[in-house]
Amino acid sequence: MAEMRMRDALREALREELRRDPTVFLMGEDIGAYGGSYSVTKGLLEEFGPERVRDTPIAESGIIGAGIGAALGGLRPMVELMTINFSLLALDQIVNTAAKLHYMTNGQMHVPMVIRMASGGGSQLAATHSHSLEGLYAHFPGLKVVCPSNPADAKGLLKRAFRDDNTVVFIEHTANYGFKGEVPDDPDFLVEFGQANVLREGSDVTIVGYSGSVHQAMRAAAMLEEQDEISAEVVDLRTLRPLDMDTVVRSVKKTNRAVIVEDAWKFGGFGGELSAQIMERAFDWLDAPVARVCSKDVPMPYNRDLEFAALPSEEDIVEAVLAMF
Amino acid sequence: MSIEITMPQMGADMTEGILVRWVKSEGDQVSRGEIIAEIETDKATVELEAFEEGVLLRLVASEGETVPVGNVIAVLGSPGEAVVSPPERKEQAAAPGRGTAQGPVAAAAGAPVAAPARAPVADAGSGRLRISPVARRIASEAGIDASSLRGSGPDGRVLRRDVEAAIAGTLQVSNEPPAREGATARPGGVEPLSKMRQAIARRMSQSKQTQPHYYLTLDIDMTAALAFREQFNQAAGEAERVTINDLVVKACTLALQRHPKFNAEYSEEGLVFHGSVNIAIGIALDEGLIAPALLDCGAKTLGTIAREAKDLVARAREGRLRTDEYGSGTFTITNLGAYGVETLIGIINPPQAAILGVGSVMPQAVVRDGAIVARQVMKVALSADHRVTDGAEGARFIREIQGLLENPASLAL
Amino acid sequence: MTVETAVTGASGGPVLPAGQLERFLYEMAFIRRFEEKAGEMYTRGKIRGFLHLYTGQEACAVGAIHALEERDRVIAHYRDHGHAIAKGVDPKRVMAELYGRVDGTSGGRGGSMHIYDTSKGMMGGYAIVTAHLPVAVGLGLASAMKGENFITLCIFGDGSVGEGEFHEALNLAVLWKVPVIFFCENNLYGMGVSFAESLSTEIPKLAAAYNMPAVSIDGMDVLEVHLETKKAVEHCRAGKGPYFIEAMTYRYRGHSMSDPELYRLKDEIEEYRRRDAITSLRLYMEERGLIDQGRWRELEERVERDVEECIAFAEASPQPSIGTLFDHVTKESNGG
Repeated sequence: MAEMRMRDALREALREELRRDPTVFLMGEDIGAYGGSYSVTKGLLEEFGPERVRDTPIAESGIIGAGIGAALGGLRPMVELMTINFSLLALDQIVNTAAKLHYMTNGQMHVPMVIRMASGGGSQLAATHSHSLEGLYAHFPGLKVVCPSNPADAKGLLKRAFRDDNTVVFIEHTANYGFKGEVPDDPDFLVEFGQANVLREGSDVTIVGYSGSVHQAMRAAAMLEEQDEISAEVVDLRTLRPLDMDTVVRSVKKTNRAVIVEDAWKFGGFGGELSAQIMERAFDWLDAPVARVCSKDVPMPYNRDLEFAALPSEEDIVEAVLAMF
Repeated sequence: MSIEITMPQMGADMTEGILVRWVKSEGDQVSRGEIIAEIETDKATVELEAFEEGVLLRLVASEGETVPVGNVIAVLGSPGEAVVSPPERKEQAAAPGRGTAQGPVAAAAGAPVAAPARAPVADAGSGRLRISPVARRIASEAGIDASSLRGSGPDGRVLRRDVEAAIAGTLQVSNEPPAREGATARPGGVEPLSKMRQAIARRMSQSKQTQPHYYLTLDIDMTAALAFREQFNQAAGEAERVTINDLVVKACTLALQRHPKFNAEYSEEGLVFHGSVNIAIGIALDEGLIAPALLDCGAKTLGTIAREAKDLVARAREGRLRTDEYGSGTFTITNLGAYGVETLIGIINPPQAAILGVGSVMPQAVVRDGAIVARQVMKVALSADHRVTDGAEGARFIREIQGLLENPASLAL
Repeated sequence: MTVETAVTGASGGPVLPAGQLERFLYEMAFIRRFEEKAGEMYTRGKIRGFLHLYTGQEACAVGAIHALEERDRVIAHYRDHGHAIAKGVDPKRVMAELYGRVDGTSGGRGGSMHIYDTSKGMMGGYAIVTAHLPVAVGLGLASAMKGENFITLCIFGDGSVGEGEFHEALNLAVLWKVPVIFFCENNLYGMGVSFAESLSTEIPKLAAAYNMPAVSIDGMDVLEVHLETKKAVEHCRAGKGPYFIEAMTYRYRGHSMSDPELYRLKDEIEEYRRRDAITSLRLYMEERGLIDQGRWRELEERVERDVEECIAFAEASPQPSIGTLFDHVTKESNGG
């Protein structure tokens, strides 16, 4: 075990996978000489050379399409799109090609590709650069969607992603890159998909989050315990597809209350999906309507105070929880 | 302009009623306040008054039909007006809850003004119980009638904790000796519960499960009161002849005005003080028990109380109570004196704060000034909601009643 | 400027062995009849969804694809039946796929626009215009990085050149020097918009701008198509990077079965029919004594029989079981 930041844990995963499997290669905007816009790929060009750590022009659709072709040709590419905002330019390739080929070919083809991208607001980058679109990608059957909240999960899930035979959309919250934690050294350390993590046990309410919102949920849980003597259980989904509803439902059946926290917009968001599934599977165990704490329904403003107001906060979570009692 | 007449909400826990009889027919002219129909609820048969003047254009509900609260039963309009289309059986908002209807009025100077009561257990208007899914499931599994529960959650929602508290309460109750079987009970048979029986079961369970009772008993020397009554009755006409119970009603009215917390009810937001003293009187019927209220006793003389109480008892036995006479009591007196009972410890009539149980007036040997003398003694028991008052307050309140009855002159005022 | 003038093989001695010419003739005629039959079955409700017929363009698929080796890949647009058949995919399974049946190339999951058979190197029809160009670049990348040296023939229509991905793909292909032949079937219409109204320049100039060899050829001449593609194959196989071919062609039918064809005149169709690829090749062979009327009739009868066999096969193939609905959404190690 070593303590490291999430960006370092991600780099370790990439390094180990490049060493393990000669078909693995990386490509993307500024991943080579620049070292990655969030420094995740720093130093990998030097170790693995420009063919396996391949800088690309700014052509999101082109490089995702090329990743798909490379995967069809027997390689295991990881394509970095810098941020989720730019992934919209490649949305057709991800949705219409990567997610569909296995099914449309009746199993003849599959697209083992990892697409990495940073997401989330909170950095005063305004409306075009502050998206949280995890739920958008989770909408499409055929994709896997992974959103780690901590360094150990980031490493274990990314290594697991390279072993998957499908396209894995691997989404990293920018606020999490600097988050420190213990990370196993074991090169065989994997975190399985579809296994939510109960980060904190509790008896009165279940707070469900993923990616960046998990940390707010944990802080809110601490506040609830101190100020209101409410015992909150925090569930980190870790992957949205596959989704581990069993763990969520088990928790809700115990606490009888659920609050969903996410950075994305509430309207039409993934939180609505979680809420519906909780209703479908645990209706008779609910003591209150499922609550959602999400971003306000506005494009992200640049101004710091306005942005804070638009994003969900731990106080919002506490308030949502208290309204249930 | 036609007006829809709907099945009235005649109690917080009423969800439907039976239209027993149309007193008026289609085409009849009715004036405001005129009785147009008789409605049977789970409590009684009540008369439905017309709230507006007009002609009964159409009777939607037929006699004997069970109609959900809020659904249209008739249409009122101007003479000759046609009913354009059959009214839809839509639900409409029912009368606001009791707490809000009467308003949070402080009963005495210095008394705190309480917030309005929480919404009643049933979701106003829809007749739908506000209960969380988990609470509904647990209640169903435990065989508890969830509609009898008082919710402690947001907007009065019944939560898991409320049902669990009720289950704990039920287990205690089940240790008590079984109730005396009715005359019609057949050994080994199951007699279906009447609506009234169900209502009594629900309300008494609710009381015991949600209102922590404490009890105080004492003896009241009724010798003076009996003399006072005899004197009063000689002067009064037949209609205003006073019973012992009427004296108790008057004494309680005065005591309640001086101790308003016993004329209040508990809610999560605070105590709700009622603006008037409506004394409910427990009346035994063949099929059960009912406690209609004498309204605004504080404004009534002993004679008026006596006259109205007689009328109330008579109409209760005929099943002809008015809507506003039940469900609006703020304090209850239950009196089994006529049955030779010595002590009666009552169960509070929810959501009231207290009930006074009254036993028979019996000659007893008591010590007065060091000598044993025979006096007419009546045992009373106060059952009070400990969430609202404490024992010492109860003691002061019951002593007040005792003082009033032992010095009955003030009852005539 | 690397735009070259294409040469035809229309005069002089035969440029290919007689057997190969007859094979081209049969295959073009077969694709023609297959498409006509598919159109008929569409009107009879046997085939649903979108159906884009390839009639008129047969020389492109047959000429170009037969320039490849078996290990090479074809990746095409949604007007893809002809390409699949030319790449060796069993036409009976193509017809069954149009029928949506269990014996179709995708078991009825793909339909007309999505014909795949990886065992034959047919990497599919792609129904989002230009989406497969970057995918072809990726296939080229895999070929280069794995040292397998297979070529990817990427076939698309003139409607692709206005898409951003067209430019992204051409740029990446040259930057990464991948063995990809970009083969543009210019049939003059992107659905109903005429090519002249769609592009401010000429297609080969665009490709040339990215520094790759680019030619424009007669797509109605199967021999020219074949010979030019062979040059492209040699170029790619030698590791010289991508190659670009624009083949001028014409589709006889509308864009799809629902196309009312308000945008062109019947005269224009007739003009192109006079240059029909199948007739041209037959005349070319007759002139050189490589085929006579009797042999032609035999070929036509064989085409008819073989297409009827496809129909019978598709008709007999069962509907897919509803129980397979969730198969192959993702590929899992435990099956999937």
